[in-house]
Amino acid sequence: MRIGVIAIQGDVSEHVEALEAALSHRGKEAEIVTIKQKGIVPCCDALIIPGGESTTLGKLLVREGIADEIKQIKNAGRPIMGTCAGLILLAKEGDEQVKKTHQYLLGLMDTRVNRNAFGRQRDSFEVELDIDFLDSTYNAVFIRAPAIVQSGKDVRTLSRIDDMVVAAEQENVLALAFHPELTADTRVHDYFLAKLF
Amino acid sequence: MELEKLRHGTELIKRGFAKMQKGGVIMDVTTPEQAQIAEEAGAVAVMALQAVPADIRKEGGVARMADPKIVSEIIDTVTIPVMAKARIGHFVEGEILQALGVDMVDESEVLTPADHKYHIDKTVFTVPFVCGARDLGEALRRINEGAAMIRTKGEAGTGDVSEAVRHMKQIMGEIRALNGMTKEEIIRVAREIEAPIELVIETAKMQRLPVVNFAAGGVATPADAALMMRLGADGVFVGSGIFKAEKPREMAIAIVEAVNNYDDAQVLADISKGIGSGMKGISIDTIPDEMVLRTRGW
Repeated sequence: MRIGVIAIQGDVSEHVEALEAALSHRGKEAEIVTIKQKGIVPCCDALIIPGGESTTLGKLLVREGIADEIKQIKNAGRPIMGTCAGLILLAKEGDEQVKKTHQYLLGLMDTRVNRNAFGRQRDSFEVELDIDFLDSTYNAVFIRAPAIVQSGKDVRTLSRIDDMVVAAEQENVLALAFHPELTADTRVHDYFLAKLF
Repeated sequence: MELEKLRHGTELIKRGFAKMQKGGVIMDVTTPEQAQIAEEAGAVAVMALQAVPADIRKEGGVARMADPKIVSEIIDTVTIPVMAKARIGHFVEGEILQALGVDMVDESEVLTPADHKYHIDKTVFTVPFVCGARDLGEALRRINEGAAMIRTKGEAGTGDVSEAVRHMKQIMGEIRALNGMTKEEIIRVAREIEAPIELVIETAKMQRLPVVNFAAGGVATPADAALMMRLGADGVFVGSGIFKAEKPREMAIAIVEAVNNYDDAQVLADISKGIGSGMKGISIDTIPDEMVLRTRGW
């Protein structure tokens, strides 16, 4: 098994460490590769798009020729997880902010997102969150976080804050508005790995 | 969701914000138009300023926090985070920037210090801070005061990368030297470099600074940016280097790509073609002592 983490920009090493912890927790082994150039994504059995700045990530995914490779992973039915900026990139449609910057979107989920749904950095927060696949709450870290504000019938809501969806799933694609890679609780990465093993 | 259940401004959130900037380029801008060029080039954030360090240097006088009007206009223009500088020790400038909605405050030696004894107590702020450092002791003292991100001081506004190189190598070298030390040896180092023992122990264990560490101060070309990444920087601040260059837009794009491809000389060679000349700059050893910025703060 080989799990790729898109490493163009953002909190890549945190995802790698969270994956390592979750793998050892499950007693499984997998090769983890960080990806900055094209040609590597097609060799991956699963993919993570980390948090970072979505405008930067979007531009470089296209410039480096990685964007189309990610779409092929989706079509091949392999698991993909996007956190924060990743949730934006996976969406089909964005709000005015997203449109204004001509933000590139992969369009792998039937969702519409608000880029900074909860405000600026001073409004960023931690909260005990109920997530559909966990039996107790999860300390979720939201940093200038986006949210899904509209979604198609094939999208399953996994968690919400008021009327905003902050975790969702569509077939093999999982999107989170928060950062499971920033805390020591590996249950979200565990859930993702369960799609592989 | 009840509002009181949301916890704001925690250490995790402040340091987490800095982590989202990793592998990115943060660019100094003085107008909304420049901010837009930076965003379009792929900057992860912009630093809103009244004047870039090269001009601050030229103009002389007291350099203060930027006009809030400029900062607000830049905030309204871009979707990426906006940072701004406060004077060393000037916690009210910090509070004003936080009230404006700035996403990170740089307590910066580029501005004229407001306090020659104390830096800002950054733990009481909701907004995260970045601070400059020349060595490990200085970096850990700032982290102890609540800095969520460290950058080298370098020598801002010169286009001469040599001080940034010196500071990055100094910090990395001091961290490597901690490797394999006994606890009593580490405690002795902590005393020598005037840093809190727990932070030195944490640094020794992690073999890196406990917060994100960027390069800053004199980065002027894609090769400079790649050099700093090779030396272990998590990302790069470019001050005067973009908008004092002959072709700012091309330079901005090239530096963003250089940071992503810092370990591939072939790609760097292609990136560096046809982007015009970098800022003219000044060689650091020709700067009179009273004009040196990196010695501000302690």
